[in-house]
Amino acid sequence: MIGMLHAPYVIGSYVITFAGIGLYTWRMLAQARKAARQVPPQERPWT
Amino acid sequence: MNTWRIARLVAAKDLRVEWRSRVVTNQVLPFAALVMVMFAFALDNDTVLTRVAPGLVWLATMFSLLVIVQRAFAVETADGALDALQVAGVRPAGIFLGKAIALAAQLALLELMLLAAAVVLYKAEVVADGVVLLVTTFVAATTGLAFVGTLYGGLAAGAKGRETLLPLLMLPVVAPVLIGATRATEAALGTENATPSDGWPWIGLLALFAVVFGVGGMLAFGSLIDE
Amino acid sequence: MTGFMTSTTSPSPRDRAPTSTTFSRALGIAALVGIGWLIVFGLFLSPNDRVQKTGVRILYIHVPSAWLAYLAFFVTGLSSAAYLWKRTRSLTWDRIAGASAEVGVLFMGITLVSGSLWGRISWGTFWTWDARLTTTAFLFVTYIGYLAVRGLGGTHQQRAKRSAVLAILAMLEVPLVHFSVTWWRPLHQNETVENGKLSGLMLFSLFVGLIAFTLLYVWLVLHRQRVLTLLDQVDDQGLDVAIAERRNEAVAADVTVQEVSS
Repeated sequence: MIGMLHAPYVIGSYVITFAGIGLYTWRMLAQARKAARQVPPQERPWT
Repeated sequence: MNTWRIARLVAAKDLRVEWRSRVVTNQVLPFAALVMVMFAFALDNDTVLTRVAPGLVWLATMFSLLVIVQRAFAVETADGALDALQVAGVRPAGIFLGKAIALAAQLALLELMLLAAAVVLYKAEVVADGVVLLVTTFVAATTGLAFVGTLYGGLAAGAKGRETLLPLLMLPVVAPVLIGATRATEAALGTENATPSDGWPWIGLLALFAVVFGVGGMLAFGSLIDE
Repeated sequence: MTGFMTSTTSPSPRDRAPTSTTFSRALGIAALVGIGWLIVFGLFLSPNDRVQKTGVRILYIHVPSAWLAYLAFFVTGLSSAAYLWKRTRSLTWDRIAGASAEVGVLFMGITLVSGSLWGRISWGTFWTWDARLTTTAFLFVTYIGYLAVRGLGGTHQQRAKRSAVLAILAMLEVPLVHFSVTWWRPLHQNETVENGKLSGLMLFSLFVGLIAFTLLYVWLVLHRQRVLTLLDQVDDQGLDVAIAERRNEAVAADVTVQEVSS
């Protein structure tokens, strides 16, 4: 278990990191859905 | 038309425009002088001012550079001159060199004034030992700044929402010049017991910077002004 | 009439994840597992450092994110070069460059924040002007500028050429900045990671972090690059789609009105 020392900094850095990544991912996927509405699956190079 | 001839013509044109409009002499130089005065207000300590005078000179140079570069390309985009030159098949490398030369000349004038301001306002002292280093520093730094300014100025020129991009792009890039020129100038002026021999390594960096952006600029300028 | 509007129906189940493929889904799961391991090992299973105590746990995030940020910018440079070289010119390279730069900025932001918090614990200060930090900050701002230039508009090809040239210039700038800053402020000596003083489990946690973030990086760039492709395609379709959507809305409204009134 992590020691009590510096807990806010350590946990804070993990939280900020994954919150940041999560936010970026969320926005990216939302943008993907919005854009995909206008591009049918046949025209997407990866499907 | 070879590149060098184009460069001479473009440089002459730019300098003639400046001579007739006096924008740099009447607006930018006073701005730079004003910046030096404002530093004194902000730092409010004579010893500190003398100590940081080299840095302030180059800092004021960087800020003024942004203004001069904006001006240099506003002149072009107002009538679509750059596009016209490109369509006419003028080699971009020549335009780049020409504008860089003109920019360097204006910068040199600016830096001279700033140095004088530092001597007068911040009691900076030019020592005989350091004169060669000082002159070399100014030449090397000015060359690099002129190349970078022309290159990124071309990129940021023209369409709306671009002008504000110039500081964001240029200031990080000129950081090595700011560091190198300041350290070399400190060595030339004998600030904090620095001797001229401390300064010469920095000249190497400034020269490298100038070469990288001189060559890079000649190759890349065409792509960046392409609209 | 109905045959005209093929691309504007409501999202089918597949469209909930339009940029996913089997491979990317597998990759995403692997990345999530890696992140889970990182959290478990980083925060719980690995021991405290003798000197840094809990501070070392931040390094399991800080160091991998720094490496990935550098990798990301390297990929941007490489992709930019690939675009500029006529034989491999393709907008895909441009989009990879853009996607990688974005993810690189994300990781670099994480590096700076985590490093700052670590510095607060270890050195007592959030920031210091040593060579590595300063160069990192410089890189961060440079790539934000690069992303700003990508948003300038114009044709896809103009954007691609402009950004590619800028990326190459950025790569040239990095050594210049590195030299000037290193001569200005020598490197800090406190990097226990490179001194190899990490014990087994700690080193393992570091590698878990590295693997997790690498998987995450690839997943993010893959998806982001696909999103950029979609956006470019939407751009190309342009006006036709707008007209079709308006017509579709009119018909749907018509149908609703008819249903309501009948």
